Amino acid sequence: MAIVEQHTPPLTSHDTAERTWHGIVLQTLKRNDVGLIPYVPDRVLTPLIKSLHADPFFTTFATAREEEAVGILAGAWMGGRRGALLMQTSGFATLANVLASLAVPYQIPLIMFVSERGTLGEFNYGQALVCRTMRPVLDSLALEHHTITRLDELEFIVDRSIKQAVTTQAPVALILNPLLTGGKTFDK
Amino acid sequence: MSKDTAKRNTKVMNRYDVTSRLIGKLHNEEAVIGGIGNTNFDLWAAGHRPQNFYMLGSMGLAFPIALGVALAQPDRRVIALEGDGSLLMQLGALSTIASLKPKNLTMIVFDNGIYQITGSQPTPAASVADIVAISVGSGLTNSVWAADEEDFERLVDESLDASEPTLIALRIDDQPGVGTTRRDPVQIRERFMHGLGVRQPL
Repeated sequence: MAIVEQHTPPLTSHDTAERTWHGIVLQTLKRNDVGLIPYVPDRVLTPLIKSLHADPFFTTFATAREEEAVGILAGAWMGGRRGALLMQTSGFATLANVLASLAVPYQIPLIMFVSERGTLGEFNYGQALVCRTMRPVLDSLALEHHTITRLDELEFIVDRSIKQAVTTQAPVALILNPLLTGGKTFDK
Repeated sequence: MSKDTAKRNTKVMNRYDVTSRLIGKLHNEEAVIGGIGNTNFDLWAAGHRPQNFYMLGSMGLAFPIALGVALAQPDRRVIALEGDGSLLMQLGALSTIASLKPKNLTMIVFDNGIYQITGSQPTPAASVADIVAISVGSGLTNSVWAADEEDFERLVDESLDASEPTLIALRIDDQPGVGTTRRDPVQIRERFMHGLGVRQPL
């Protein structure tokens, strides 16, 4: 088990030159040795997915379904390798069973990044509805979750949340709000 | 597929018997992931090993969990046991595994054509779906029906030295699982991590 860092190192001047949300997420994953990245594609996550694919530190691949990725990450964790799942809101909505039957009872530190659709300019009614199921599901299982809206808070939240998930052996959901990512709008 | 598929010419075997034969072949701390229900009941009954993982929910995820173990520990052989109904719930996992091509993964499908534990309702594998044909079509070219117990043992031996993922399907009877897994998820997970050398006991 990794020792929790007591202090989050400040960003270097090199990092600040490229303070994009996806650049910060990538660097924070790497710094915490989170290297196995299954995902179900999402438009907003595309720059992150692209840079993860381009970095040989990461094993990045698409899965057919989000729950499949949860199984893969559970197996990898038990085998000693850390990872994180990337998906969008509607994908999270497929996970209630696997969270309640695998991740939570087996105490798997499942790290989830959710690109938030369904709010702040959503154009698809189905996305708006499914978004409303996300936080109630997380709360019903008493799962840690954070909605990230600000670039200056992103690294702190991601870094501390990964460390907390690992040390408490509990899942965490990091919800990437359109205020952070720009979201997806009708003309895109 | 014609009606004379390889499947129709295979012997109907018994899950506990073939699971016991499999476990008897493992001498290198191979990891074994048992899918829900009778699949992991018979894995349990065949004799607990620290490298066994018993899935108590999340139907269909035995292969993905095994894939995760295989990716984390590429030098260890990983064997996953799954039922036909469970596999039909998560067919996309086959193409994911075919894409990643882990060299150390053996998948075994017990096909009794029924959702046995819920009341033996027929699965599509009983009539229309051919598990091996689906697997080959998903990109797992090294997929085969075991003709009988001796053929199964030979295929397992081959898979343990294979350089690509292997899927072995068997027709099995409708006998229930012989044992009942102790339903203690935390202990199952912790013991498995000890068995894989990831952690030491307190």
